[in-house]
Amino acid sequence: MTPDLTAPKLETPDAFYADLLAAHEGLTKAESDACNARLILLMANHIADNEVLRELLDAAKRR
Amino acid sequence: MTKLFEVPLYPYRHSPDQDAPAPVRHPVVIIGAGPVGLAMAIDLAQADVPVLVLDDNDKVSVGSRAICFAKRSLEIFDRLGCGDQMVEKGVVWNLGKVYFGDRQVYNFDLLPEAGHKRPAFINLQQYYCELYLVERIRALQAEGKPVEIRGGNRVENLHQYDDHTLVTIETAEGAYNLEADWLIACDGANSPARRMLDLDFVGRVFEDNFLIADVVMKADFPTERWFWFDPPFNKDQSALLHKQPDGVWRIDLQLGWDIDKEKEKKPENVIPRLKQMLGEEVEFDLEWVSIYTFQCRRMEQFRHGRVVFAGDSAHQVSPFGARGANSGFQDADNLGWKLKLVLDGKAPETLLDSYTFEREHGADENILQSSRSTDFITPKSEMSRIFRDAVLDLSEHYEFARPLVNSGRLSVPCVYDGSPLNGPDAETLPNRTRPGSPAVDAPMGDDWLLQRLGGSFTLLGIGANVPEEIEMGGIVVKGVSIPGDAVSMELKERYLGTSGKAFYLIRPDQHIAARWLDYAEEELVAALKTAMGW
Repeated sequence: MTPDLTAPKLETPDAFYADLLAAHEGLTKAESDACNARLILLMANHIADNEVLRELLDAAKRR
Repeated sequence: MTKLFEVPLYPYRHSPDQDAPAPVRHPVVIIGAGPVGLAMAIDLAQADVPVLVLDDNDKVSVGSRAICFAKRSLEIFDRLGCGDQMVEKGVVWNLGKVYFGDRQVYNFDLLPEAGHKRPAFINLQQYYCELYLVERIRALQAEGKPVEIRGGNRVENLHQYDDHTLVTIETAEGAYNLEADWLIACDGANSPARRMLDLDFVGRVFEDNFLIADVVMKADFPTERWFWFDPPFNKDQSALLHKQPDGVWRIDLQLGWDIDKEKEKKPENVIPRLKQMLGEEVEFDLEWVSIYTFQCRRMEQFRHGRVVFAGDSAHQVSPFGARGANSGFQDADNLGWKLKLVLDGKAPETLLDSYTFEREHGADENILQSSRSTDFITPKSEMSRIFRDAVLDLSEHYEFARPLVNSGRLSVPCVYDGSPLNGPDAETLPNRTRPGSPAVDAPMGDDWLLQRLGGSFTLLGIGANVPEEIEMGGIVVKGVSIPGDAVSMELKERYLGTSGKAFYLIRPDQHIAARWLDYAEEELVAALKTAMGW
């Protein structure tokens, strides 16, 4: 089944966005890139479904 | 002390062929007495096919070279009658350590799957492998089998005709010609045969240099595999430490492409690096140093009329995953029985097209796997390096990241999905033993399944009886019956799944040709014809 990527699911979107920015606070560009890469890998493992991950990759490429 | 690789094992001797008024015709000539050529010769000689091996040298290879022999190769050696020698001498290791930069990120225990006669792999210097293969050929000669190795015989020229190849050979006593019905080129990555026939070798996916050193430790050192990503002693590159027999450790240092080979090879440059790697206090002797260059590529076609290419002459991969020699043995394993049937007139010459289909598929798989490893080890872009480093950073504390670490995926045999030789499948049976798969070993009391199969066409009845011998199409299919009460847990899991019985038709190279829950004789005949290329 194709995952629904458009529906909003975050309970507190503002709080998540603030956390995301806070995670990068004070980091250099290189540190931020590394942090993002680790985050993607952690999330990918959490999602764990190859088909969903491919959909997400495609969606990210489309913008 | 004279080293093994300094002793001439098959010194040049004058052959009566050199005095013949016209070129002597041989059914099969193999160029190259490396591991693949020797294995090929043994397989054919065991099947009573007269075979002649030509080699410009007369010794086993210098230095350790191929060192990792995977389970499938050991199973092939069993069929060739020299598995025990290899395994008794070889080193088995299970513990590995992974380093990133200046720290160890994790270690692992391989814990290979139980219920196989042979371990997942052994470490053994290539020269021992070649020695045991030559010894096996000597034993076959003593039994009167038609096999000969001619050392000091350098192939200088090839001329292809419709039904044979004219081979011009240079020796210390001058040149002579002979004719080969079939010529098998096992003459390595730089294959002179390939060059003489002006054939392509395309697909340069990746190229790199490795400094390879064999060191003898003067004190105890653990039997473990250590792999470094981006270590301080080899910035931006990788390094590998592996144990071999006789207290020899093999060290691979990746050097990149643009290097001064002669300078890198000098002991005064090598030794300080090794000390950084092993620790200042560790004492060792340097036994052998070499620079190995590789590219990932393969020939477009492995067969050109009556000339067939096998091993590195046909395909070359990066060393990660031990897919060089191991895939070469699978080539030989695949070709031997087919050539025998064609020579005996029992199968059409087109059966050999399945060699190219199956082994080109195998080479593509190996190139894909080893390219993925090299992409991880040597990131090609800034972003791929960021992800690679993220995986390694996470691997220290997060177990999930460890399977993403790719320092080479160990060679496993290729499944010939879609092969023209595959017959019917019973899809409710386990996936791993589907047609095209190599038969998976399993315990059978004190014996092993693969031992029982041997090297002929076999009809295997599991939980069911089959006749001891079935003659059809001019060949004898051996029947192996395993009654229900003798089916081990592993055999059930690998071959039956939820079914109570199954029938498997297995090829001489121990790949599965077809399988049924129940079979009628005409279905068996049809599947056998398919598997023989009719």
